[in-house]
Amino acid sequence: MTSQHGATSQLDTSSRPVRAPAGDASAALSVKGWRSLSRAMALGFVRDRTAMFFTILFPLMFLVIFGLLFRDSGGSRAEIIQVGPVAVLDALPAQARAQVDEVLEIERSDDLEAALKKVRAGDVDAAVEQRGNSVVVHYSAADQVSAGTVQAILREIVQAANLAANPTPPRFTFEAQQVEDESLKPIQYLTPGLLGWAVATGAMFGAALTLVTWRQKKILRRLRLSPVSTPIVSGARIGVSIVIALVQGAIFVAVASLPVFGLRLSEYWWMSIPLLIAGALAFLAIGQLAGSFTKTPEAASAVANLIVLPMAFLSGAFFPLQNAPAWLNTISSVLPLRHLVEGLLDVMVRGQGPSAVLPELGILLGFAVVVGAIAVALFRWDDA
Amino acid sequence: MSEAIVVRDIRKSYGQTRAVDGVSFEVTEGEFFGILGPNGAGKTTTLEIIEGLRKPDGGEVRLLGMSPWPRQTSLLPRIGVQLQASSFFERLTAREQIRTWASLYGVSARRADEMLELVGLSDKANTRIEKLSGGQAQRLSIACALAHDPEVVFLDEPTSGLDPQARRNLWDLLREINRQGRTVVLTTHYLDEAEALCERVAIMDRGKILQIGAPAALIRGLDAPTRISVESGTIAPHDARALAGDAEISDDGVSLTIATRDPARVLAALAERNALRGLSVRGATLEDVFLNLTGREYRDDD
Repeated sequence: MTSQHGATSQLDTSSRPVRAPAGDASAALSVKGWRSLSRAMALGFVRDRTAMFFTILFPLMFLVIFGLLFRDSGGSRAEIIQVGPVAVLDALPAQARAQVDEVLEIERSDDLEAALKKVRAGDVDAAVEQRGNSVVVHYSAADQVSAGTVQAILREIVQAANLAANPTPPRFTFEAQQVEDESLKPIQYLTPGLLGWAVATGAMFGAALTLVTWRQKKILRRLRLSPVSTPIVSGARIGVSIVIALVQGAIFVAVASLPVFGLRLSEYWWMSIPLLIAGALAFLAIGQLAGSFTKTPEAASAVANLIVLPMAFLSGAFFPLQNAPAWLNTISSVLPLRHLVEGLLDVMVRGQGPSAVLPELGILLGFAVVVGAIAVALFRWDDA
Repeated sequence: MSEAIVVRDIRKSYGQTRAVDGVSFEVTEGEFFGILGPNGAGKTTTLEIIEGLRKPDGGEVRLLGMSPWPRQTSLLPRIGVQLQASSFFERLTAREQIRTWASLYGVSARRADEMLELVGLSDKANTRIEKLSGGQAQRLSIACALAHDPEVVFLDEPTSGLDPQARRNLWDLLREINRQGRTVVLTTHYLDEAEALCERVAIMDRGKILQIGAPAALIRGLDAPTRISVESGTIAPHDARALAGDAEISDDGVSLTIATRDPARVLAALAERNALRGLSVRGATLEDVFLNLTGREYRDDD
């Protein structure tokens, strides 16, 4: 200790603060208490690099990585090598050529041996050459999916060329059209899913760790000895968690909307705000529950992780559940994260109206109330 | 003067352990009262029952005329509590801490800053709690307990873990708090701290209060001999016995010690013989009181 303490400086004993404020004064004191506790929590969170990383940056990393990885998966291009001239490809009109370029990346070469070697090695999906009037596709059986894709595309091109050469009007035409606009672009389902996971993680860890740390550091006991009421303390946590959830939402949408990812929000995206709030409340309640029966921050983190990670996988936060088996869909329908993710998908990218997500909102809020009530019942001021 | 605190026969058990076993005492308004005892004596539990953090199994507590259990929001602004573990919000600066706590009592930020000044932490206002030294954190925690100007202040082991200089600084601060008319109740396992600060101490051991009184009165009540030591060889033991009458003489090769109830006569006789080399005179302390009450040596780490 370096500084001289100031025991000799003056403490004004004549001016005593008004005690036991009543009515309006007491309400004002509550608001003030709520504000300063929220501020203390928010500052503690913002200055906690680990917490910031895991609630904001870490999920965002997933968004960026998945977003980049699957950027073109809807129109993911097959790579082929064209050996020598291939009339059907070379003679394509500009517009058709552009369409083909969307699905095929064509490299040119004159060395068939080298091209076949590359196909065998899996570097490219196929090699194409023309022998007489025949278009020959060399593929590897090792990757049947891409081999099948390339064959189908080339078959179609050849048929189109045949039709062009013998113009008899076709009796049947086939046209495929997507149900959802752009829904094949992975960023459209990645954003709501990962955002749901991020909000769940943030709210849950925030609540569990605050509760356990404050109890362990005896801050709760100290609060108990101050005139602040318990709803004010919980209220501060709720306020901070909601703000964090909305900030997560804003950051996610901003990043996903960058041209490189190209998220396109649908008309009723703003319904995601009440959904995010309800989601934050539900996971806040789960976090409080986890914090009620754990004693150390480490244990609280472990329990929170144990709950949120499997739930994220089962709720379609990382990948769509459309093709999942029925039993998985049944399990996931009891998980709050499933409803948060579904709700977010509906209003952010599927273009559903506000009324479509009312059930999800209700389920999340109901979850928050029930679990929150259990957490309140299990609440302890201190460890002993 | 009325009583700030009245404790009547409070009891608290944890399983088989009787942490507090029938404790009674009163603290007068404006008094500096100490609860002294080794670790595990039941001091903190006693304090927590008075503060209203724990419900006693039996007995009664009146704090400023009210019962602290169950929680009474009208009583809480009148007491200030510094907890044993410094309870601070993580990653907040000293100023942010005290302003947060102050605002829970409706105390202005300006007043909170004044308290920071009072405990000499103005230059640490922007330092985060994690970077404060033990002494600084203790002073901040006392400032937080005082910001709302409470009538009764509870301090649980306020100087434990501090270096001697920091302890003395804190003692000055605590005396100042008491001088301003606040009732101060402190627990400590430091005998010298109780002796230096408290007007009255309750000596506690194994959940019971053994004796209550002013430190000086407790020591005097012992009627313990004064121990006069001089360097060995300054005076031969049989000469010492001759001049000290019925005193107890011991010589450990370093010091010759005469334990006497008539120190004035012994000192005069030693002076006469010019045998005062390395003189030290030690009266009884609270340690002797404790030893006398329990039959055991006082050990902090008990």
